[in-house]
Amino acid sequence: MSTVDDKLLARAGRRQTDSRFDSALGWQPGFRASNALRFGLCAIVLTIFALPFVLVLSGAFDAQTDSTSLRLTPAVPSLLPLETAISQGVLGYFANSLVIVGGGLVIQIAVAVLVSYALARHRFRGQAFVMLLFLMTMMLPEEIIAIPLSQVIGNVAGTGISLRGTPWGVILPVAVWGFSILVMTEFMKEIPLEIEEAARLDGVGELRMLWSIILPLCKPVLGVATIFGFMMIWDQYLLPLIAADTPDDYTLTVALSLLRTDARVGTGVLLVGALLALLPSLIIYLTMQRSLIRGIASGATKG
Amino acid sequence: MTTLSAPRGTSTLEPPRAVEVPSGGRWYAVRRQLVPWLFLIPGLGLAMLFKFGPMLEGVRMSFYKVQPFLGDEWLGLGNYATVVGDPRFIDALRHTLILAAGTTLGALVLGGLLALLMEGTSRRLWVVRTAVFLPVVTAVAVVAEVWRIILFPTETGFANQALGVLGLPAQQFLSDPSSALLWVMVVGIWTAAPYNMVIILAGLVGIDRVLYEAAAVDGITTRQRLRYIVLPALRPAISVVLTLAAIRALRIFTEVYVLTGGGPAGSTEVWMTRTFSLGFDANNLGVASAASVLLLIATLLLTVVARTLTRRKEA
Repeated sequence: MSTVDDKLLARAGRRQTDSRFDSALGWQPGFRASNALRFGLCAIVLTIFALPFVLVLSGAFDAQTDSTSLRLTPAVPSLLPLETAISQGVLGYFANSLVIVGGGLVIQIAVAVLVSYALARHRFRGQAFVMLLFLMTMMLPEEIIAIPLSQVIGNVAGTGISLRGTPWGVILPVAVWGFSILVMTEFMKEIPLEIEEAARLDGVGELRMLWSIILPLCKPVLGVATIFGFMMIWDQYLLPLIAADTPDDYTLTVALSLLRTDARVGTGVLLVGALLALLPSLIIYLTMQRSLIRGIASGATKG
Repeated sequence: MTTLSAPRGTSTLEPPRAVEVPSGGRWYAVRRQLVPWLFLIPGLGLAMLFKFGPMLEGVRMSFYKVQPFLGDEWLGLGNYATVVGDPRFIDALRHTLILAAGTTLGALVLGGLLALLMEGTSRRLWVVRTAVFLPVVTAVAVVAEVWRIILFPTETGFANQALGVLGLPAQQFLSDPSSALLWVMVVGIWTAAPYNMVIILAGLVGIDRVLYEAAAVDGITTRQRLRYIVLPALRPAISVVLTLAAIRALRIFTEVYVLTGGGPAGSTEVWMTRTFSLGFDANNLGVASAASVLLLIATLLLTVVARTLTRRKEA
């Protein structure tokens, strides 16, 4: 929540005599009934939103065979669920997921950078139409075009090339994403023209202009595109499902449904899968929180 | 050619360096027009192959009885008539709309309350906000799998044990056709509320504190402050939340597919799960395509409506 916090801190730093005006509800520090209430409500909220994650962590290391109950701490602490999950190929699914999210993210951002550079730093005929086309891709998520997309994956543009069962079947359809193109174009438009003109005087060509002048200035928006792109690709469910040839091609999130059918070892195996699927999201979230909040909040302030 | 020769960024600096002069101003202008397209090629190509191509193919299939080896048979609007005349599609439409309205409103209200509760600068609040935001970064399928276990409909299920501690009777949750849709909605709200919280929090932080002080001088109560200062200031944030949610809600698939698979007894079937089972399980590609096209049209309409409403508010 850093950017919001920065603003809040800046406000607190200003000579503000009356804390009643620091928040919409007028929370004030110190021991008072309102703060006891606030503390209690925060505790309830924390329980509701964070408890399921504690249950996943505990269940992933619990060898109890009851397939329905979850506990705050493991009843029978053990690595058995982990071993069983590995023997069921959970690492393979995890690898599929990582390949797809890595490849997808690189191509998605590369495409967005190239497109945004053309749209933001050049003027050409048909520019508005091209922008509209890319915005329209946001109206065509995988769900809406799932049926024909499944056919296209099996036979790309009538060439007989099939991407089914390969990571490309998921990577290429997520490569063009209107959202990242939109935020990046808006950002690149803000870069002052003088910087570009100075570089052109020095004889800098188009590729070097993009790579060594524009791109280094785009770090904030690259962060936003990275975390949103990661979440978008990691969240894919229908696409890896229809792009798979055999269940071996499933990503981890899709494969969770395979792990849950094993009744012998309880929910532990499924929860190991869930925990593995959570880890990359957690790492990305905790390291790039600032970009995430910036991306979400930018929509709110612009209206 | 004069219109072409005034590209952005060079107008004030012409003539260009000697290197470019020999090829002439005309060639330079043509090149300025060509260069952007080179950068656009990968994006446009991929968009054609994997977005617009499938969209057009879907529209085409929606008018045919699709038979892979026998050749397609023209049906006109026959597939659309099948969709509209299918009681299961009508049920799915009803469930989708109930789910969309309930989840959107619930997540908006809860997100707003969370933002009001946790607005502040202290480190502890930041920690709570960070934890509360976890559901948003978690993949939907993971959220749904975990809640499916928590809401297990036996006495030993976690949610039922929690109810037992509170002295409440055990519930069937997702297994009871009369309550399953409600619980899908609850999980949806749980996932979406923190996202709205951040949008609304950004709106709250943007309110000028002078307004609060001035209002306090006038002897305003907290309730009046919320009604006359905070709520109007949050209008842009709220319209963003509603626009995003309305568009996403119609195509809801993963949550329902993982939580209930559309069951029990079709009580949670939504538009996309019905389309999916027709297209991939029953292999009825024509009818499934028609349903997808209808969903696309509904989404487009909703987007346009939401955009115009937002614009009107700004003006």
